[in-house]
Amino acid sequence: MAKVERKSTLSEERARTFLREMLLIRRFEEKVEERFRAGDLPGFLHVAIGQEAVAVGVCQALEDGDVFASTHRAHGHTLARGTHPNAVMAELYGKLEGCCHGYGGSMHLYDVERGNLGANAVVGGGLPAITGAALAFRLRREPRVGVAFFGDGATNIGTFHESLNLAQLWQVPAVFVLEDNHWAESTPEIQHSPIRDLSKRAEAFGMKVMKVDGQDVEEVHRVAGRALKYARDGKGPVFLHVETERLVGHYIGDPQVYRDKEELRRLQETRDPITLFREKHGISDEEFEEHDREVQELVEASVEFAKAGTDPKPEDALSNIYA
Amino acid sequence: MPEISYREAVRDALAEAMRHDDDVFIMGEDIAEMGGSMGVTQGMLDEFGPERVRNTPISEIAIVGAGIGAAMQGMRPVVEVMYEDFLTVSMEQIVNQAAKHRYMSGGQLKVPLTIRTQGGAGWSPGAQHAQQVEAWFVHVPGLKVVFASTPADVRGLLWSAIYDDNPVVFFEHRTLYGIKEEVPDELEPIPIGQSRVHREGTDVTVVATGRLVHEALRAAEQAEAEGVSVEVWDPRTLQPLDVDALVASVKKTNRCVVAHEAVTRMGFGAEIAAVVQEQAFDWLDAPIERVGAKFAPLPFAPVMEEFVVPHANDVLAAIRRTVGR
Repeated sequence: MAKVERKSTLSEERARTFLREMLLIRRFEEKVEERFRAGDLPGFLHVAIGQEAVAVGVCQALEDGDVFASTHRAHGHTLARGTHPNAVMAELYGKLEGCCHGYGGSMHLYDVERGNLGANAVVGGGLPAITGAALAFRLRREPRVGVAFFGDGATNIGTFHESLNLAQLWQVPAVFVLEDNHWAESTPEIQHSPIRDLSKRAEAFGMKVMKVDGQDVEEVHRVAGRALKYARDGKGPVFLHVETERLVGHYIGDPQVYRDKEELRRLQETRDPITLFREKHGISDEEFEEHDREVQELVEASVEFAKAGTDPKPEDALSNIYA
Repeated sequence: MPEISYREAVRDALAEAMRHDDDVFIMGEDIAEMGGSMGVTQGMLDEFGPERVRNTPISEIAIVGAGIGAAMQGMRPVVEVMYEDFLTVSMEQIVNQAAKHRYMSGGQLKVPLTIRTQGGAGWSPGAQHAQQVEAWFVHVPGLKVVFASTPADVRGLLWSAIYDDNPVVFFEHRTLYGIKEEVPDELEPIPIGQSRVHREGTDVTVVATGRLVHEALRAAEQAEAEGVSVEVWDPRTLQPLDVDALVASVKKTNRCVVAHEAVTRMGFGAEIAAVVQEQAFDWLDAPIERVGAKFAPLPFAPVMEEFVVPHANDVLAAIRRTVGR
């Protein structure tokens, strides 16, 4: 593949880390699809294929002590923040060794030690709590930031508007990451929003807006770093508008009858963040395959780990209701 | 022992907790300069400043949700939802978020949030400012629910709610803010889950909450004049419920009346009745009687409002029915 002229701002080593992280998410998600179709995995699963660069770019810019809320499409954010694939896969299998010991599942991944305050299956459900976490950081004078991931569909719900309003009003250190993949499940943005540029919604609250191409992991990382610094410096919250692509269905098994197949194929060919990275960095097939092999071994091992895991006792369902 | 009002008792618990602990702060609509729509937080802005006494926009979702987020970071926020009718606006955050974070995370998180709210009929605001919705929250695993009926109780229970590591929905009753009671000099926490016998009796147990505790006490006096000995038992916390004390009382009196201001159908009294018949069926000498609001939204016209919500005479009628069997 041809090397493009644009220079990377990162060391090549760091950039390779980004590639591996994105590949880990991609191969993990492909494996999840495979195991779900094989009947191994219970529940309702949404994979992040196409949106890997957003998760990796943002999470690589976080600092220790920062917290985030994820969405129903949570595997990518969770892996990108460093939760071991074994713990994520075991959770998807409903095992005690999972990152929530089988209480959460795909749509409710938490890893509080790494700042993951939970994936939310209610669209927009996590934004108010991130505003509140950021308020706590402000009240305690701690240099920490709260990050909320959400999609374009979430910009229509009340939690979004109330949270952005309060966050800006109180100037809390929060970054609102809009993963704008232009689809709210099967409903295209043109049918769910009267405006085309959703960052105008944040501008209406007077919030600082930053925009970035979500298929370029280094750019996401660079701009997310700026957004986090802005918030951490006490300048107020930031709305980080990331243009990305959902290169698969809404859920595993979604036939996408609502989607133009030619357009999807075009996006898969031109907007795949992993392919774009390879092109930008001139990664040889040989090197790519080496990374890929390592990542696939990790993913394969996570399945073995999960399958060998322990089922919770049915009556464990009655624990962890109260502290 | 000083005598203070229910309103002062709430304020006292909040202020004591805030003096005691920098992690406690309050937020809600009109709570700062105005001192809250019920005057509960009057003077607190002066003492604690705007960082800790936070006026919010009219945003019940964000008020509760931000409280959840701050609580998950280890703070102990107390949020005020001005009228319990407005809890419905923040229902998703309470039910799907506050109640479930601990569970969904497999025990990684705590949400030590207190949601203070108030309601209650008797002043004709109409259908959206006075209903009683406490039973809705008792149905949700992960929440604790408190409904205090006196100044001493509201003071001791609010302290315990603030220091509980779980989300607590804390109900106050509008018509009780002015009532007075002697309270201990030093604030004494009342454990969540501990009931109170307001009046001992031997013929019938009246289980009552909120304003109906006071209506039940009036009814009990009248019943006594008729030769009926009434025990008035207030659970004080609806979740967890002091089941042992409830069952013991009914086993002693052999009769049970439940009384609350909320709509009778599917109200908290239905749960009480179920628990009593499960655990004390053989001791019951009469069917359990239920007293509550008629099945209607709260009407505006004072005569209609008076008709819909229960009063002492409704409790007395239920007592008479049960002892007449």
